[in-house]
Amino acid sequence: MTLLKRGLSRRRMLQTGMAGIIGTGVAPLMFTKGAWAQEFCNNPTGDTVTFGLNLPLTGAYAEEGADEQKAYELAVKHLNGEGDGGLINVLTPTALKGNGILGKKVAFVTSDSQTKADVARAGATRMIERDGAIMVTGGSSSAEAIAVQGLCQEMGVVFMAGLTHSNDTTGKDKRRYGFRHFFNAYQSGIGLAPVITEAYGTDRKAYHLTADYTWGWTQEESMKNATEALGWETVQAVRTPLGAGDFSQFLTPVLNSGADVLILNHYGNDMVNSLTQAVQFGMRDRQANGKDFQIVVPLFSELMAKGAGANIKGIFGTSNWHWNLQDAGTIAFTKSFGAAYGAPPSQAAHTAYVQALLYADACERAGTFYPPEVIKALEGFEFDGMGNGPTLYRAEDHQCIKNVLVVQGNDNPTSEYDVLNIVQEVPRDLVAYDPAIFGGDLGPAEPAPMC
Amino acid sequence: MRIMSRNDLLLFLGFTVVVLAMPIWLHPFGAAYPDLLQRFMIFGIFAVGFNILFGLTGYLSFGHAAFFGVGSYAAVWSFKLLSLDAIPAMIFAVVVSGVFALVIGFVSLRRSGIYFSILTLAFAQMSYNLAYSVLTPITNGETGLQLNLNDPRYLDTTMGIPTAGQPVPTLLGQSLGGFAGFYFCAGFLILAFFIAMRITNSPFGMMLKGIKSNQTRMNYTGFNTKPYTLAAFVISGMYAGLAGALLAVTDPLAGAERMQWTASGEVVLMTILGGAGTLVGPVIGAWLIKYFENIFSAINETILHRFFDVLPDGLDNALVAITSKFVGEGWFLTLGLVFVLIVVFLPGGIMEGVRRIAHLFDRKPKGRPGKAAPQPQPAE
Repeated sequence: MTLLKRGLSRRRMLQTGMAGIIGTGVAPLMFTKGAWAQEFCNNPTGDTVTFGLNLPLTGAYAEEGADEQKAYELAVKHLNGEGDGGLINVLTPTALKGNGILGKKVAFVTSDSQTKADVARAGATRMIERDGAIMVTGGSSSAEAIAVQGLCQEMGVVFMAGLTHSNDTTGKDKRRYGFRHFFNAYQSGIGLAPVITEAYGTDRKAYHLTADYTWGWTQEESMKNATEALGWETVQAVRTPLGAGDFSQFLTPVLNSGADVLILNHYGNDMVNSLTQAVQFGMRDRQANGKDFQIVVPLFSELMAKGAGANIKGIFGTSNWHWNLQDAGTIAFTKSFGAAYGAPPSQAAHTAYVQALLYADACERAGTFYPPEVIKALEGFEFDGMGNGPTLYRAEDHQCIKNVLVVQGNDNPTSEYDVLNIVQEVPRDLVAYDPAIFGGDLGPAEPAPMC
Repeated sequence: MRIMSRNDLLLFLGFTVVVLAMPIWLHPFGAAYPDLLQRFMIFGIFAVGFNILFGLTGYLSFGHAAFFGVGSYAAVWSFKLLSLDAIPAMIFAVVVSGVFALVIGFVSLRRSGIYFSILTLAFAQMSYNLAYSVLTPITNGETGLQLNLNDPRYLDTTMGIPTAGQPVPTLLGQSLGGFAGFYFCAGFLILAFFIAMRITNSPFGMMLKGIKSNQTRMNYTGFNTKPYTLAAFVISGMYAGLAGALLAVTDPLAGAERMQWTASGEVVLMTILGGAGTLVGPVIGAWLIKYFENIFSAINETILHRFFDVLPDGLDNALVAITSKFVGEGWFLTLGLVFVLIVVFLPGGIMEGVRRIAHLFDRKPKGRPGKAAPQPQPAE
């Protein structure tokens, strides 16, 4: 070993180095060739099929994430034929038998997405690559949904979006492998604008505070367009960082801006904080331009209403769903969720549950887990009984078209869950729109990419 | 002509083998899936680069994530505008982050010690906030920059390369998903490690070590230390840019979070945990932290119950109740404890532990004094 003792010559080093580099380049090709020889990504071969639940358990939207997790666990139980069956009994048409999906028991893995797009994507990748998830679902931020949706398109795994309200999710960033049951900002605007202009008059001046990411942007735009069409003026729109915690620096300028309506395009903890602080600033007792100052929160949920307490009273907003609706689907879901967890479900829980069931049903109808076939089964699927009335999974943009609820904070709540009143159920024909207005391209379903 | 000493060669070869065999030996730890392995490589590069500045030169930068983020954004823009090929993207990213580091370094390096740290932290936080708000047209803010079907990709279009379906980065037409992506990153980690090793052993590296031990003395000896520190800063920034670009190659999404101060702090943790100033230490630190982040955070009570299944019921539940606080969302707690233990008992990081153990088993302690173990110095 005299060679080594004296150290290597530069020439020798280069030779070995080149051989090493070529070796590293070729080796993976040989190793991976057979390893992924399957028909499509994560083709379930055993007797179970795994869902990947990507949930924000920390961060600004953690409450929603925790509620979604409960809903998914319930959905998996019902799909496997445990519990009371929940919405499986009321979904029409349905191919679900309550014995898993295509005879395979449903299992799940979870990942904390921390309400961050980067982390959500890493978590989804882990669940797909390591845990063999056949479908990824969940999330309660549109930034997450769009990031994970893009990833799922690359990997060839169906993504059933959880709580995401941005127009972009099924608009300019839509993907063939991504599906959304939740409604969107555009529909909120169309549903909410007539109600608030009727209540507050048509000569109002609005000031927007907007969460600074895709959902906030599109909701601000939608609310602006919808209210301005009915005569309102927009004084200013200010962007606030997600998870800011303290909004006082953004609220102070509102007082002297000449606006008489504050529109809070915030969600989750952000909305609880900004609304509470706005009320503490005395905004709701103020007069501006000779009118009572008003606050509007376009996207509402029970969890937020609970968090904001008395501050929410009388405030208008929209919801995807509410547990107090009186149709068979809502009653069944509220009952089985309440029996399991002792509290009525939130709209996040509802949309999560429904998405899990719809995916399972699509697999049953397609008779396979092969994603392009499942996608075909979901596209243009018209169903009823899930609590939102007749619903269409539109083929052009994978957006569910269904009724939108306009809600108002309850003035006299009878219990801590009875925080919202349904003011109006806007029929789905009114909130349907031409999918082409947001652009975007779904991309191909086939050939199914392999992860 | 000698290019490496025998010890260094063995270290390098050992490192190469360990890295390339990762898919095999990490299997029992549940970490042998491509995405995490890629992250091991990428953050390894990041930490090796950071160590050139911190471990070697003694400048503690608290804003290195800025270069990482800039590298990612540059790479994604190259995918969008030029070509889906990884090579132009990486060259572009390294150059852009190098220029960025030059500008920031030029200003920040007028001070040293804590003032330097604060300056870099301020710059990084500025970049983060810019990416988040003012530069939204370039960075797409919180939503993150993604590839689209209708991106122009001028180089690809002129060369007539069609893209079918969702655009994904490639290497000369080869897809870089899964294990191919891992080996691609592993190649770069090994290369990065080799360069760092050469820098450490070069006269330039000696100069950097001199600056670390006493900059004033260096100045009085007649050396102008400015160019050296700036060069170290730029090299380190380019390493970070390379790591950022690789992250964008394996997962074409660039988000502003990766520029946040927590990300800058993370690389400091990695380096200190592994052993600042050593070659392998920072890489091990990076692996450990990424392992905790991805594996520990995914353990939930169900998994714990399965793990403690053999124990009697009461004990089982008690153990699960205690340990569940340290896994899942509580992984930061575990990491914090590990960090405290290491800093208290092994101030030189994991590598000091390794050295101590090696010392115990050394049969001839007097036989080969060799190099004195480099005494890790706390940052100025």
